[in-house]
Amino acid sequence: MAFLEIENLQKQFGGLTAVSNFNLAVQQGEFISLLGSSGCGKTTALRMIAGFERPSAGTIRLAGKEITNSPPNQRNIGMVFQSYALFPNMTVADNIGFGLKIRKKTGNASQKRIQELLELVKLPDKGKSYPYQLSGGQQQRIALVRALAIEPQVLLLDEPLSALDAKIRVDLRAEIRRIQQQLNMTTIYVTHDQEEALSLSDRIVVMNKGVIEQVGTPFAIYNYPTSAFTASFVGQLNVLPVVVVDGKNGRFSLHNQSLTVSQPIQAANNTTVSLALRPEELRLGRREDENNLTGIVESATFLGAIVRVRLQIANTSIMADLFNERQMTVPKPGETITVSFPYHACWILETTS
Amino acid sequence: MKKGSLWSWVWILLGVLYFFLPLLATLQFSLKAERGVYGFKAYELVLGDPQFVETFVFSIEIAVLTIVCSLLLIVPTVYWVHLRLPQIRPILEFIAFLPFVLPAVVLVFGLIRIYSRPPFALTNAVWSTNLLLVGAYMSLALPYMYRSVDTGLRAIDVRTLTEAAQSLGASWATILWRVIFPNLRTALLSGAFLTFAIVVGEYTIAAFLARPMYGPYLAGLVRNKAYEPAALSILTFGLTWGIMGIVQWLTYRAPGATQVTAGPR
Repeated sequence: MAFLEIENLQKQFGGLTAVSNFNLAVQQGEFISLLGSSGCGKTTALRMIAGFERPSAGTIRLAGKEITNSPPNQRNIGMVFQSYALFPNMTVADNIGFGLKIRKKTGNASQKRIQELLELVKLPDKGKSYPYQLSGGQQQRIALVRALAIEPQVLLLDEPLSALDAKIRVDLRAEIRRIQQQLNMTTIYVTHDQEEALSLSDRIVVMNKGVIEQVGTPFAIYNYPTSAFTASFVGQLNVLPVVVVDGKNGRFSLHNQSLTVSQPIQAANNTTVSLALRPEELRLGRREDENNLTGIVESATFLGAIVRVRLQIANTSIMADLFNERQMTVPKPGETITVSFPYHACWILETTS
Repeated sequence: MKKGSLWSWVWILLGVLYFFLPLLATLQFSLKAERGVYGFKAYELVLGDPQFVETFVFSIEIAVLTIVCSLLLIVPTVYWVHLRLPQIRPILEFIAFLPFVLPAVVLVFGLIRIYSRPPFALTNAVWSTNLLLVGAYMSLALPYMYRSVDTGLRAIDVRTLTEAAQSLGASWATILWRVIFPNLRTALLSGAFLTFAIVVGEYTIAAFLARPMYGPYLAGLVRNKAYEPAALSILTFGLTWGIMGIVQWLTYRAPGATQVTAGPR
């Protein structure tokens, strides 16, 4: 039995379904990200776990105990908010000690614990400061250890880095992961930022329109997306309309250029299906025993580590991310070039129609 | 000096003259109780009058009671509306606006009509009349108290702070007492101060309910005496400014008490 079990969770607001058919089993110490665009239900799902929203249906069990309808102050779940939500009237130390005080833990032991937590986020001398005297990143660090002070069974983070600068976001991201692993804290992290989700998580839950699209490791989500939504939401993706030539042998064509996919599919010949291909799988030049596509360069943008080339094949546009090399010749718009990619690099998306 | 700034000084000077000349005149008049010499005779008479002390202390008691009751009623109510029932805010605003358009004399007649006969014969005893007085003052002070609390709650991220406290295990009472009230300190102080000023200076309701308040006492004095009312006015002004000073001091004393929003939303 999993540590945190969520079964068939549902939430309706008026006639609107925010979350439906949400099933998830989280192991102790696992870092799970709920990933999706705004309005996909990820925050609602998190708020139901926290107890701020009452589910319309379904159950939530934590360590074998059902908590579906118990109030948030009796769940022993820590929460970190996007807006930090530190109590402005209290010092940093009092903020961290708030939960301890409520649990009637005061005196030396609690002082020691507060100091330990301040050191955990490398702010040992900020105890006497007030929240407004700290930067955003520091405030969020304090909010994190405030939530950890009560030794929660689960830590929930609701877009905790969205209000911060890019540089601080990356630093704090690493720190959250370090602390989470150090404490072996079961964590659920809500984000719309795929990079955050990919870099932090043990498993990612991709959500769309209130339902789970896919659950899997970052590697699996990125490389083996099971739905068209996941494939296009996580990372860049070329979706090419290809005509089935011989489905059983994985043969297709794109504007009369033949393509091979290593996995066979069940589809009638001469129908059109969607072929998915990550831009970074493409390389410049023709290669034997690989798929080759020839087209006209529409644009080439130098982005530093990569050069992003847009290739036009008839009315289909393909994006190719080529790795930068010092001796490379960057394709020029109007030029005709050939790009290649292995058979196993592309796959056919499940047809929705 | 630039032309624009010269004109602004002229206007400020005119404003100062407009406000302070009557005050200066009153002060000068209040010092002339004895013919031919300046002295504090009028002040001695006022402060020596047992009725002054009695009405003043009684007014302060009523004011404090009004403030405490108002806070206990309004803070949790407005907090709850902010948190859970934002859709009824217009209704609350309308109610809070009513005392402005309803003259005190109408209010007190209504109160007397309803509460001087069974089943609510409150005017029969002194303590229950005092209760009625506090109730009336709570209505009078409602617009100011509501505005202050509402503005204060808007300045903080009530919802997220509440949820943060809840997730840390806090009960509703703890949240109100340890998180909401302290963060509203400035707002509550200004609301309390306005209420105090209204109650201490109020005449109509106190007079009709025949309670020995400071307002009716001052009015009576104006009718019968010449110099003492001037002295009283000056004293009252001094008191008002003193309280304002205290509010300012309390507001800026502790750095953490400064109103800071909870961060970007």
